[in-house]
Amino acid sequence: MTLDTNLKHFSTAAELEEIINSSENVMVCCGRMGPMCVPVYGAMEELQASGDYDNVEFRDMLFDNPEASVIRNLPECSSFRGLPFTVYYKNGKVVKATSSIQSKEQVTEILDEIL
Amino acid sequence: MKKYDVIVLGGGPAGLTAGIYLSRARQKVLIIDEGMIGGQVVLTHAVANYPGLDEISGYKLASEMKKQAAEFGCDIRTNEKLVSFDFSNTDKFVNTKSGEYQARAVIIAVGGQPRHLGLESEKSFQGTGISYCATCDGDFFTDQDIVVVGGGNSALEEAVSLTKYARTVTIVHQFDHFQAYDYAITAAENNPKIKFLMESEIEKFTGSESLSGIVIKSKKDGSSRVLDVTGAFIFIGYVPGSEPFKDCVILNDRKEIVTDEDMATSQVGVYAAGDVRQKKYRQITTAVNDGTVAALAILDYLNGTDPDKN
Repeated sequence: MTLDTNLKHFSTAAELEEIINSSENVMVCCGRMGPMCVPVYGAMEELQASGDYDNVEFRDMLFDNPEASVIRNLPECSSFRGLPFTVYYKNGKVVKATSSIQSKEQVTEILDEIL
Repeated sequence: MKKYDVIVLGGGPAGLTAGIYLSRARQKVLIIDEGMIGGQVVLTHAVANYPGLDEISGYKLASEMKKQAAEFGCDIRTNEKLVSFDFSNTDKFVNTKSGEYQARAVIIAVGGQPRHLGLESEKSFQGTGISYCATCDGDFFTDQDIVVVGGGNSALEEAVSLTKYARTVTIVHQFDHFQAYDYAITAAENNPKIKFLMESEIEKFTGSESLSGIVIKSKKDGSSRVLDVTGAFIFIGYVPGSEPFKDCVILNDRKEIVTDEDMATSQVGVYAAGDVRQKKYRQITTAVNDGTVAALAILDYLNGTDPDKN
């Protein structure tokens, strides 16, 4: 399975590491092309296209990619039992993580809170 | 206030199809969706029976419909919450958080969403034990004990599919019988991993960071018991998004909007299409049909050329 979205994809842990260390704000959605994941990708695509969050790097990563253990094994995701795992990084550190479907409104609220 | 010929509420296949037909007929069309464009279709992993297309993801199909509608000139606005509306006169008014709009006709194509139990504790554990999608989240519960709530075809079929992962699946259902086809009941009854708790309902979900138990009340004798489970999958049906329109158009007892064969509702100039409408079969193709019919009927309505009314 591949992620059929218009977002830039991470395929390795090294790529993730590089972006979170070079960009102040990074949002990563780690999932599949499932019903709970797709709305989150959609919200990210719209926020990216809006230009209102040009200071955020929006990315996705396939949950089943072995390299996605870099997300799956985060302590912030240890209680998660629903796809997707969405993680927000600021200055290289995890500042927020959510499990399962999120609306654009919820994503926007988080971005506004942490930026 | 921005003026349009037609406002379409809802950007699923019904709304987008109506938008395509209307804008191609040179009507000025606004499509508003409270979420993202595509409706339930985007939630479908693979669509294999849409005529003329090889298997395609629901997401891709919806994206293509949106692109087509936009290319014909539809103004498409997503994540716009409906605040108020007035459909009682010839001119229809819609207010959202972002703007005020006027049109001569409206199509309600807002679809529906999975029904929730409505418990406060249900929200707390969504994503940390409670799920509405077995194919998405089933593998998180490998070798664990879980429940499925519901007694229809979806509940029974998903319970069987979850036995691929879970150690046990207990089906919790409020009645003493299922509302499902015989084949689905038989498959569940014959599965050694599935147990049944009939005439029972969930009182509360419990746990700290993630779900660890469920308080279940018997409807027979009123007693409560705690079931130690780490997962709960809820399949208790589907709710049409008709609630905001209940004082404006006639609904049936299932809260679906009643229309005639032209998709016209009880309110002149207001049409309904797709899953929000009273109908027997809910498919992408039937939504597309509804959107087409509503659009053509509106063209007749706006032009005063409806052969049945002239």
